[in-house]
Amino acid sequence: MSERKDITRRRVIKSGAAAAAAAGATPYFYTRAFADGHGYMNAPKGDSVTFGFNVPQTGAYADEGADELRAYEMAVEHINAGGGGMLDTFSSKELKGGVNGKTVKFVTGDTQTKSDAARASAKRMIENDGAIMITGGSSSGVAIAVQGLCQEAGVIFMAGLTHSNDTTGKDKRANGFRHFFNTEMTGAALGPVLNNNYGKDRKVYHLTADYTWGYSQEGSMIKYTQPYGWETVAAVKTPVGAGDFSQFITPVLSSGADTLILNHYGKDMVNSLTQAVQFGLRDKQVNGKDFTIVVPLYSRLMAQGAGENVKGIFGSTNWHWSLQDDGSKAFVKAFGTKYGFPPSQAAHTTYCQALLYADACQRAGTFKPSEVGAALEGFKFDGLGNGPTEYRADDHQCFKDVLVVKGKENPSSKFDVLEVVEVTPRAKVEYAASLLGGELGPYNNG
Amino acid sequence: MDAIFLQVLNGLDKGGAYALIALGLTLVFGTLGVVNFAHGALFMLGAFCAVALERMLSVSYERINPDKQDFLGNPLKEQISYLVDWLGADTAAFLQDYSVPLSILFAAIFMAIVGIVMERGLIKHFYKRPHADQILVTFGLAIVVQELVRHYFGANPIPQAAPDIVSGAANVGAWVGLGDNVIYPWWRLVYFLFSAAIIFGVFAFLQFTTFGMVVRAGMQDRETVGLLGINIEQKFTVVFGLAAVVAGVAGAMYTPVLPPDYHMGMDFLVLSFVVVVVGGMGSLGGAVLAGFLLGILQSFASMQAVQELIPGISQIIIYLVAVIVLLTLPRGLMGRKGVMED
Repeated sequence: MSERKDITRRRVIKSGAAAAAAAGATPYFYTRAFADGHGYMNAPKGDSVTFGFNVPQTGAYADEGADELRAYEMAVEHINAGGGGMLDTFSSKELKGGVNGKTVKFVTGDTQTKSDAARASAKRMIENDGAIMITGGSSSGVAIAVQGLCQEAGVIFMAGLTHSNDTTGKDKRANGFRHFFNTEMTGAALGPVLNNNYGKDRKVYHLTADYTWGYSQEGSMIKYTQPYGWETVAAVKTPVGAGDFSQFITPVLSSGADTLILNHYGKDMVNSLTQAVQFGLRDKQVNGKDFTIVVPLYSRLMAQGAGENVKGIFGSTNWHWSLQDDGSKAFVKAFGTKYGFPPSQAAHTTYCQALLYADACQRAGTFKPSEVGAALEGFKFDGLGNGPTEYRADDHQCFKDVLVVKGKENPSSKFDVLEVVEVTPRAKVEYAASLLGGELGPYNNG
Repeated sequence: MDAIFLQVLNGLDKGGAYALIALGLTLVFGTLGVVNFAHGALFMLGAFCAVALERMLSVSYERINPDKQDFLGNPLKEQISYLVDWLGADTAAFLQDYSVPLSILFAAIFMAIVGIVMERGLIKHFYKRPHADQILVTFGLAIVVQELVRHYFGANPIPQAAPDIVSGAANVGAWVGLGDNVIYPWWRLVYFLFSAAIIFGVFAFLQFTTFGMVVRAGMQDRETVGLLGINIEQKFTVVFGLAAVVAGVAGAMYTPVLPPDYHMGMDFLVLSFVVVVVGGMGSLGGAVLAGFLLGILQSFASMQAVQELIPGISQIIIYLVAVIVLLTLPRGLMGRKGVMED
């Protein structure tokens, strides 16, 4: 009787539920690495190693993703050939053809600029294609999501275009590294330039994209303009992909603000800037001052989208093709010859990330994440277009000069839409790692 | 007061776009009984007619200028417009400046062809199929169309300028005795008047022509009209073409307001369906009324004071209104008895 009681239907259901809960609680990834005895996830077995390029191939950032993919493909060519492009100007001379004696191959995934899709494609590349490293992305939300997944999986994540402080701040992970700059650096570089050009004591209206990057950008701009007496009149969150921003722009007209800061990127930036100009904001005078619009984060691809509306408007960028250092010239020449147009900042940062990862593996003599990470931590380099740069060990954030740019008044071609007005030295944009919070935690080797 | 007046204007021009798309949607549904999820794609195709015309007017040939260099330091390949060579700089500049208004003509012809081909080639095979099948096939078609546009035009928005004469902002405040802060872009005012004219034209066409009378009769009782010896299928093909033209010209004229990208059709489609449902399935007047009503409500919901009171209301206002209307008036504001009530 008691035995019979032990196997009641209710008990079976309970046991099943407990088993399912236990399965759900186990780590996301099956730790295949140690089962195979290699000591780390997806250790390459043959004469090749696979990189995973996770970029937006569809959706609003598809053009940016396409440029990233072009840069990655060129980086792989240069790594395998042991030369070409910025590999020739890179201060580290370790890469002589392939990495650790292996030819680099790659697989690609489509993030669709959606966190769940990006995680799914990264997971597929790690589990099915054996990718040793994941890199790419054109959104901070996506980067943070994929960075978390790579930490769980035990592979290195080399972030692409992600500008939120959180990526190497409160959401930083040991397995994640970012070459691109962040909103803190944008604020530090842009604040003094805005003060010099527009003067003290302005009244500012913020329109801010309603997600992690928008909040980060708005916070940094307020922080670095307040010391000059720039007072925030209103900070309004706008839905991502709103399309028509007229209902958010009209209140600016009667707000008493003389400055509009558009914390928007991509399609939202193109639309909000275009519409702000259509509403005559640039022609207005408020508080005895010319009305001013600021776009803190610029991209050449987006600036092309906004057309003539970007003229005279200040912002910042990680890199620009018109730079005249040897690295930038070599990169523009290699990219321009191969594809027929200059590379974007997204292409630049992703190319750098591929080279930096390959070089770190070569210097470490292994692809093991903890040792590759150690090789990247504190690594100082030059020749990649941004001047002397350091991968800070404390937060895995690259520190380098920041470019303040302005929409060009008289462009000579459709690519020539931005001009560099100031190169803000690294020392002026550097901050303590503890400022942005978060913990790197330990490396995960899978 | 200034802020409220400006939000009404915002709502009217936004509502104009909603009403034009919803008008076509409900016209197709009321006559053909087809739930056309590709209608947003037709709006987007119309917008890209403006882009295509602008590019056609800028077709050029290359001429090497040894005195200038490109970004790689090679002699610059200058683009010389054929139009300038053929018609002279002034005429070419005039045509390029007015490319958006001119694109109405181009979009009307192109969209009529697209509409008729779409109806004859695909939609007619789904007249007697369940609405779920119609939704699936038209939604699939919308994705194919938008991906084709993305392939040829890229994913980034492509700005289109309004003619110089209407590119600035009008001091509307001075017209109505409000302050100097009440300024509004000329082109948005033009768009509102344009949408009102199109809506009036469609209603006049259906109300005062024999063709329109037959179509209205067909909307009431398709079978009986067929029994009278009238080729109602042929008429409905024209109606589908007309709906495509309305969506297309609405899209073309909207390009200076919103730089077109391949996804804009989907962005408008969902809202327009809500407009049709709120207005009443198959009701042309309801679609127009609901379009303007929801456009204005959406604008008011975005005001900071409203947002502070109810955070996130601008995102859900349209759906909230839809729920309330359908709970109190199940057929929508002006819905007819018997439509979608099997």
